[in-house]
Amino acid sequence: MTVTVTPSDEAGTGRSGTGRLRSGRALRAQTVEEIRMTLEQGERLLVTFVIPILGLVLFSTVPIVTTGTPKRVDFYAPSVLALAVVSTAMVNLAIATGFERSWGVLKRLGTTPLGSATLLGAKVLSVLAVEVVQVIVLGGIAVALGWRPGAGAGVAVAGELLGTVAFSGIGFLLAGTLRAEVTLAVANGLYVVMLGISGIMFPIAKLGAFAHVARLLPAGALVDALRPALTSGAHASLEAWLTLAVWAVLAPGAAVAAFSFE
Amino acid sequence: MAVIEAKGLHVAFGNVVAVEDVSITVGAGEVVTLIGPNGAGKTTTVETLEGYRSPDSGSVRVLGLDPVADRAALAPRIGVMLQEGGTYPGLSARRALTLFASYYDNARPVDEMLDLTGLTAVASTPAKRLSGGERRRLALALALVGRPEVAFLDEPTAGVDPEGRVVVRSIVRSLASQGAAVLLTTHELAEAERVASRVVIVDHGRVVAEGKPAELVTTAQEILFAAPTGIDVASLAAALMAPVTEVTPGEYRVATAASPQAIAGLTAWLAEHNLPLADLRAGRQSLEDAYMRITASIDKDDAQASGRTR
Repeated sequence: MTVTVTPSDEAGTGRSGTGRLRSGRALRAQTVEEIRMTLEQGERLLVTFVIPILGLVLFSTVPIVTTGTPKRVDFYAPSVLALAVVSTAMVNLAIATGFERSWGVLKRLGTTPLGSATLLGAKVLSVLAVEVVQVIVLGGIAVALGWRPGAGAGVAVAGELLGTVAFSGIGFLLAGTLRAEVTLAVANGLYVVMLGISGIMFPIAKLGAFAHVARLLPAGALVDALRPALTSGAHASLEAWLTLAVWAVLAPGAAVAAFSFE
Repeated sequence: MAVIEAKGLHVAFGNVVAVEDVSITVGAGEVVTLIGPNGAGKTTTVETLEGYRSPDSGSVRVLGLDPVADRAALAPRIGVMLQEGGTYPGLSARRALTLFASYYDNARPVDEMLDLTGLTAVASTPAKRLSGGERRRLALALALVGRPEVAFLDEPTAGVDPEGRVVVRSIVRSLASQGAAVLLTTHELAEAERVASRVVIVDHGRVVAEGKPAELVTTAQEILFAAPTGIDVASLAAALMAPVTEVTPGEYRVATAASPQAIAGLTAWLAEHNLPLADLRAGRQSLEDAYMRITASIDKDDAQASGRTR
């Protein structure tokens, strides 16, 4: 029944040695292209770099908010490192993926040998790569402003990774269920809300009774998990890690269940 | 041997039936054109063959494989051009082709694809700044960069200028001459007539006619002519010994083979009655005539049928 026009060494199997070679090459090319597309667009750089950098410099040098830390930058360095994850894993990923869905790109990729697993892998790798750049840039600026990270760098990396899982789950959930324009609005809206009430701009305790709710939001939990690790003398919050872990399970789970490619 | 095969395909979205009953086969080296009005079920048929959805009943096979279950095995061997979209607006043709080429083991060189589709001059322009026709040609290039054995091209010439159409047609022909099976859709008859080895006319989710363009256009045994309204058709019918009807006011149809004798008889009768002849078509119809005749008779049947959910 099979008519082979071009000799193809893996006709009908799809998973031979060259298949693995191909998916490695495709993963690399797709990841590089995803990173390039993120870094060449001004509006994406606004949420990933410009706003966090401006916030870090402004709030660390100008006494606008009482932070309760010896140095203001000790409060804002963990804040913007959490914001980096929110901006890249959620806002950027959601908007990019949402528009790719509306342009028919996701649908089209579905009939190429790329495969949804490789595409997902490329998107996650590109998010991680952009986050590494953010950590270097934002961390470097914070150090220049006098921040000295605590001993918990390894713990902080774990927090960033767990946060990335949770926020990319939310990003994919938005992109795969809403219209692109709605995804754009909701993702940016959530960014602003989380910036405001998740202990990023000012200590969560200042929210009074609402602080309990804010701590259950993923950004609040991420900030609470990162801050002790990155600030000497503070101790880790089990509640924050548990909350973050729950988001890291629920959000990707919901995305997998609800995501539509068309 | 069939490379693309749909048998009794039926696809519904909720209670809207998009494809009622479609059977098609496309062999290696063949270009089959699905033609029909908008909403006839062309895109649904093609997308079911591409594996985007499973048929509600009937079966689809591509290269002997199930497009949904065997997606991973089929993907390297098929090329798809969607009815619209499917390209990154921010990527230039060169970047998009380079990216897509990385998905395949034996992809065609990017420069060759740019040249083939006439996009070399605009290779570095982001897709969003290309003209509609250039974007369609980019989508075609992306469909073919992996050297597909099977190509599904949904409206490849829609919005493409005349020069671009020539390019698209020659690409489709050379693809088939290299042995690929090509299924394409169009709602433009001239396009189908130029490129297809076989034409399948679909309407209301059903195949209503099928054949080589030449077969479809010559099946009609009729002479069409235009003359003043209200001529004596009974007298003319008697003279020609064939039924004559006034199809629309001033347009007449003689149901007989378009022989020189019949035409001479017609013109003689008109001369005798001192009637002008405004238009005369006989013998080979255009595909458009055939198409209008076939779909019109379907619509008539349809109006009589009742209770069908569409």
